[in-house]
Amino acid sequence: MSLDDFEPVIGLEIHVQLATHAKAFSPSGIEFGAPPNSLTDPTVLGLPGALPVFNAAALQCALALGVATGSQIRARSRFSRKHYFYPDQPKGYQISQFDEPLCEHGHLDVLLGNTVKRVELQRIHLEEDAGKNMHVGSVSHVDLNRAGIPLVEVVTAPVITSADEAAEFMRSLHRLVRWLGISEADMERGHLRCDANVSVRRKGEDRLGTRTELKNINSFKFVQAAIEHEITRQVRIVDGGGRIERETRLWDANAGQSAPLRSKEEANDYRYFPDPDLPPLVVEGRVMAEVLRMLPELPVPRFQRYTQELGLAADDAKTLVGERALADYFDAALAAHPVKTSARTLANWILTELLGALNAAGVEIAASPMTPETVSALVVLVETGAISGKIGKEIFEESYRTGEAPKTIVERRGVTQISDEATLVPLIEQVIIANPKQVEGYRGGKESLFSFFVGQVMKATQGRANPVVTAELLKARLKG
Amino acid sequence: MAQLSRTEVEEIALLARLHLEPDETTRLETELAAILESFGALAAANVEGIAPMTHAVPVDLALRGDQVEPSLSVDDALRGAPKRAGDVFLVPAIVTGKSE
Repeated sequence: MSLDDFEPVIGLEIHVQLATHAKAFSPSGIEFGAPPNSLTDPTVLGLPGALPVFNAAALQCALALGVATGSQIRARSRFSRKHYFYPDQPKGYQISQFDEPLCEHGHLDVLLGNTVKRVELQRIHLEEDAGKNMHVGSVSHVDLNRAGIPLVEVVTAPVITSADEAAEFMRSLHRLVRWLGISEADMERGHLRCDANVSVRRKGEDRLGTRTELKNINSFKFVQAAIEHEITRQVRIVDGGGRIERETRLWDANAGQSAPLRSKEEANDYRYFPDPDLPPLVVEGRVMAEVLRMLPELPVPRFQRYTQELGLAADDAKTLVGERALADYFDAALAAHPVKTSARTLANWILTELLGALNAAGVEIAASPMTPETVSALVVLVETGAISGKIGKEIFEESYRTGEAPKTIVERRGVTQISDEATLVPLIEQVIIANPKQVEGYRGGKESLFSFFVGQVMKATQGRANPVVTAELLKARLKG
Repeated sequence: MAQLSRTEVEEIALLARLHLEPDETTRLETELAAILESFGALAAANVEGIAPMTHAVPVDLALRGDQVEPSLSVDDALRGAPKRAGDVFLVPAIVTGKSE
């Protein structure tokens, strides 16, 4: 068997929990870990006479995602009932969207290494979450706190071709929804839940193979592992002359394998029809205008601006766009910065010194004690040669700790860089006189000793000597 | 006369979670066929150029603001439950396996 003879075809369906305060169709609150069944109301419980009224904030979240993915937004979309009997959904159906979803034909650009792959999205639709079943022996416990929480379901076209790509897609979507602020996207709390449709075909074949649906893959790691496992399983069957059963398989993360999901539910017919309780969802022009006004610059365009316009290294740019607050911080520092060509240096200080200090203290970038303007001011001191890079790090540390302006610290400590020859030359001559052996060695060809002399001058000036000027002067005098 | 097979009636009963005795299935074969027949009149209508209508009243969806209001008490939420265990609904196991 050779995996290389086969080509996997993968489509993902990802549910994203929207960051609203109240539920999708009723006013109960949303709170992870609240006591069971403490967040319900007559609509969530499906009590007779209760009617759903849709939450405007959920619509705004979905529209933001639709616009950010370049989707066509339906001016009139529709809610449908998806029928199934299951205790996590007491009214016997889930309110979803079927034949007229809110968004269609969008795409999400995924950074694979340093290239961008465009993944087409078939649709993004609104729906409500179900409650939670906990199976305990011969009975099940039902908690309906989660029932009615607004979700969007993002459905990709079958265009993903590896487990890596699938995991990267999920990461990109995760980053995007956080970026847009439409979901807390807490993986631990199941805010993003992924199902994957996987099939394989021999390379060169046009027809898609029979697909299986993998459920319960709710972390980046599981997406990768489950899909990889499924590809290998299918290739082994097809290569051995067997046939893939069209089935739903449940990923068991502990066992590292999947098994067919057997359910007493034999009938798989959801009998969708337009929900008579909910007239068509009309997206008004002013709602759309507000969504567009609020839309931030997105991660991939920002990555491209950083690498192409600012000349940042791809890895640095990728780290910066990993979190909107960090990218915004960098942009604010850049805006305060007088010299745009030093964006690279600025990025280095933020990614190395600032993130280092924040990580050590366990502080988020949004709560940084140092403002972007302060970081910029410090970098300016280093770039103009007022202080050395080494001193700069000390000043950074003190400014981070005390909140004092870098310039004030530099003046108080008297640590401005020494660049004038009149001060440096006598010091350099002293160093040469004091170390005759090293001078002899250097002149004899041991060029590695050069840094020793620089170090001695630094020592004599408490690190304040301008390294470039010092090196020049040293070289001239060491020639002999 | 529209036709409905016995298997179709049995499937529909399963979807609706109805238990039917054999004579009831037989009766429903006839009755459901008659209902289908009536609705068949719609299929015969000429709807060329007419937009589908899913709601009888021409209103757009009303939206609510994202405000939380007090939930029902746990006891009220569970008042209609056939069985409860502490603060959760207790139901027969549906799927053998783990929680989801």
